[in-house]
Amino acid sequence: MSWHVIGPASEIPPGGRKLVTVRGRPIAVFNIDGEYFGLLNRCPHQGGPMCEGLLTGLVESSEPGKYSYSRKGEIIRCPWHGWEFDVRTGQSYCEPDRIRTRTYPIEVEAGKTVVEGPYVAEKIPVKVEETYIVVDV
Amino acid sequence: MTKVLPGTIDCDIHPAVPSIQALLPYLDSHWREMAIIRGIDELNTISYPLNSPLSCRPDWKPAEGRPGSTLAAVQREALDGFGTSIAIANCLYGIQLFFSEDMAAAFARALNAWMVAEWLDKEPRLRASIVVPMQNPELAVDEIERWAGDKRFVQVLLLVSGDRPLGKRANWPIYAAAERHGLAVGIHAGSNYHNPPTPVGWSTTHTEDYVNQAQAFQSQVSSLICEGVFSKCPDLKVVLLESGFTWLPAHLWRLTKFWRGLRMEIPWVDRAPSDIARSNIRVSLQPVDGPPDAASLNRLFEHMQSDEMVLFSTDYPHWQFDGTEAVPHGISPDLARRIMVDNPRATYARISETVS
Repeated sequence: MSWHVIGPASEIPPGGRKLVTVRGRPIAVFNIDGEYFGLLNRCPHQGGPMCEGLLTGLVESSEPGKYSYSRKGEIIRCPWHGWEFDVRTGQSYCEPDRIRTRTYPIEVEAGKTVVEGPYVAEKIPVKVEETYIVVDV
Repeated sequence: MTKVLPGTIDCDIHPAVPSIQALLPYLDSHWREMAIIRGIDELNTISYPLNSPLSCRPDWKPAEGRPGSTLAAVQREALDGFGTSIAIANCLYGIQLFFSEDMAAAFARALNAWMVAEWLDKEPRLRASIVVPMQNPELAVDEIERWAGDKRFVQVLLLVSGDRPLGKRANWPIYAAAERHGLAVGIHAGSNYHNPPTPVGWSTTHTEDYVNQAQAFQSQVSSLICEGVFSKCPDLKVVLLESGFTWLPAHLWRLTKFWRGLRMEIPWVDRAPSDIARSNIRVSLQPVDGPPDAASLNRLFEHMQSDEMVLFSTDYPHWQFDGTEAVPHGISPDLARRIMVDNPRATYARISETVS
């Protein structure tokens, strides 16, 4: 495992997402209110491109006819078959213990830290005054 | 296997009303007079045509009268004939055909009173289902409340095809009442024929009508689960009667698959439909829509992922098998015991309350 620079933090604003490929792995990176999360961009069901799914909330119910909507923007629905995954944990709604998509740790680091290393930033020019998103792959 | 195990409970037999004359004493004065002056006859439906081979096994066909319409015949053929300890009487009488809610309620009341006086009071091995007027859920609940104190009633009997899917909220008071009183809800093959028996329109033959009822059962399983009946009534047991069960694993795979992608539509279904079915839905054994060999049948039981779902039944007097071969060959002794004894007991709590 090593930390790779994905790009400047400003590239993925809150509510945004970006697909990156690091060491051959397609990773969907999400920004939820300033917190960043990385999910393998392959749905564990049949490999659908998770990054292209609908970013939605969690719909729960205390009883039939009651709908409660929370955690807006924290659930990704696979664009192929609609399976829901928690962006924060990669867990599926339908079988959280068994079906989850792989997650990757994401951090935001100051350019100065990145420059000092050890970070892999082959294709990303790093400026000391910027902050960067880094992923551990 | 010739006879059944000690303690076996037959979960679906059909004592029959010999004729409307037998019910008249149990109708109150007004409705008795209405039945007579309106010339109401036998409320026959096309569900079980009297001359259809399915409607009565040849060796159970009486010289005259309806099959299963005398206590002596039921005792000899359904009880002694198999050696069952307990049998649940599900009377299929055409009360669903009435358009008058009041008349339906009056006849349901009479039918249940007749069941008590002519059957339950005379034969301690019998239990029965409460027949309710589904024309009006409020009146149906009244009927449940009327008889719930009698522990020999172990179930509320509904038909698989009516005016609307059974999971609809208008029917919920019925499920709440059943759950409250520890009664199962049995859903039996049959219809009021307001809708075609198939989802594709009116078919031509009795064969199609009978076979395609499996699709009606599938629709009701989906309806009960998706509408949230088991979310609202988690202790409710629903028993599918004369439904067949070979279709059940495949239907649950399908329902569970689509729930995974569409569950935000029914967020109260917070676990897989297949799990809900395994905890809340049961099916009667006969008719076994049998795979011809034991290995295939056992594979089917594996697909059900539960040995608790199937309940012994003969479907007396309907012709589903010959002799006393109600339990198919080749299933393990453990599963056979569960089907005959353990599963019915677990499903019908009231039976254990009245039998040691």
